[in-house]
Amino acid sequence: MIETIGLTKKYGSFYALQDLNLVVEDSTVFGFVGANGAGKSTTFSILATLLQPTAGDAFINGISVTKNPQEVRRQIGYMPDFFGVYDQLKTEEYLDFYGASYGIKPKERAVLIPKLLELVNLEHKRYDYVDLLSRGMKQRLCLARALIHDPNILILDEPASGLDPRARVEMRDILRELKAMGKTILISSHILPELAEMCDSIGVIDNGKLIAQGSVHDIQAQLQSEKVLRVKVAGDTQAIIPFFEMDPFVSQIEDQREKNVIQFFYRGTEEEQMRLLQRAIEQKIPILSFAEEETDLEDVFMAITKGVEIG
Amino acid sequence: MKTLVTNPVLIKELKLRFRNLKSFTGILFYLIAMSIFVFGFIFLATSLTGSGFFRPDESFMLFSIMTYIQLGLILFITPALTAGTVSSEREKQTLNILLTTSQTSFQIIFGKMTSSIAFLLLMIVSGLPIYSLVFLYGGVSPSQLFFIFLFYLLTLLAIASIGVMLSTLIRKTIVAIIATYGAMIFMAGVTAFFLLISIQVSQMGSGAPSMSPMAHFWATINPPAVMLTLLQPPMQDQLQSLTMVPIPLWVGYTIFYLLLSVACIFLAVKKLRVNMNKYK
Repeated sequence: MIETIGLTKKYGSFYALQDLNLVVEDSTVFGFVGANGAGKSTTFSILATLLQPTAGDAFINGISVTKNPQEVRRQIGYMPDFFGVYDQLKTEEYLDFYGASYGIKPKERAVLIPKLLELVNLEHKRYDYVDLLSRGMKQRLCLARALIHDPNILILDEPASGLDPRARVEMRDILRELKAMGKTILISSHILPELAEMCDSIGVIDNGKLIAQGSVHDIQAQLQSEKVLRVKVAGDTQAIIPFFEMDPFVSQIEDQREKNVIQFFYRGTEEEQMRLLQRAIEQKIPILSFAEEETDLEDVFMAITKGVEIG
Repeated sequence: MKTLVTNPVLIKELKLRFRNLKSFTGILFYLIAMSIFVFGFIFLATSLTGSGFFRPDESFMLFSIMTYIQLGLILFITPALTAGTVSSEREKQTLNILLTTSQTSFQIIFGKMTSSIAFLLLMIVSGLPIYSLVFLYGGVSPSQLFFIFLFYLLTLLAIASIGVMLSTLIRKTIVAIIATYGAMIFMAGVTAFFLLISIQVSQMGSGAPSMSPMAHFWATINPPAVMLTLLQPPMQDQLQSLTMVPIPLWVGYTIFYLLLSVACIFLAVKKLRVNMNKYK
């Protein structure tokens, strides 16, 4: 389990991270969402014992990162957003070096390394120099490195950044496999829909503050005040727009005439929404469908970081 | 000893260093330069006398010049090899990953430093056959050579410690290298200057030498001065008559540079990782 209590990092008068309270339960995947500079990497660096917090504390499996960083390092597998590799070191030697760095015996390493290379689909690159691998391969190799000591917690900072679509899909598949293995994963990404697919819960961070935390559906539900309704009619949409404009809870009507669809933001409750539909039918508006538009994580993120207060 | 052999950083660093062609070409050019110097010196000495003989006192002179050249080499190469050990990892973005492994800071610093020292030792040892030519002509005892090599080892250790410490404290490799060269210039040049000033100051007034611990101190931490007393033991007595301090220079040199090395390594180990608990 990962837990942060009042975690704060301050540079002069600037708060890179402010009073972060976060809980990631065992064997779950937690997505950390935020714009560049929001505080994601700062949080990850503190959890990886690379950065000293100004206040508060973080716990990995109940072990404090400030009081016992050496033990924390044994518990986590960390993959930074930017990393380099050593020149003139082969893939197998790269993993062997880190295996030795975690005190794994040579015989165990010899068994472990082929398995890890198979997991990240790099078994064919075993004897290639790491600096000659593609970006996607280096990312996968770095993930294999983070797994070498079999940690039950993985801290992955933008593991899919800079990858082409194919490499991204491969990375996602590996992460799914790790999730199935029961690893606790804390992952950040700016590819939000990808997180929505694999995360059990997400946290949205903006300007160093955690502004939303919960399951993907919970957070979407909390956005009800900004839900989008989509109405498809038989006939011209122009004729029905005045009817919807009269409703006090409707705003920003978008006319998609070529599809016979109008789309608008609706702030009313479910009961008020039901009454709107009844009135429309009474007015003999030829409605073919009246539905709530699915809000994806991208929309949630944009709405939240625009300043919509959530729970 | 087992920890030394199984230190992952040391093994990795040695592997990378000896896979690099630059390491071997460096040793090759060093040996070529030494050979040209030694054979050139012998050729000149024998052709100038016209007798074809190479006298033991000339052999000793050759040994002394070679010893100073090798000291110069140590002072010149060690900063370049050690001052980038940590900062270059930082620049290549490999340091953060290394710091999240369960290796201790001491293991990392020790591995980095030992690999640099090992390479320099290889360089010095590879020059031994050329060095040994002086034994053909006599004038130098094996024990003298042994002590000179111990002196090299200590000097290497001290400079490597300073280099690794500055590499840990300073983020940019180039700045760390410049700072380490600055420390070398202080060790070899500035201390010699201070030594001369101190002797002059101590002789002011009566003109006769008086006790000057400062002059003795500057001589003690100056590698060329200590080397001179090892090559020419009577120089020790002469210096003693100037400073009136009866402690051999090599004693002070050993104590000072061992302490300096320990202090530098300690600081490097302390500063390699952030102190996570500092704010409490």
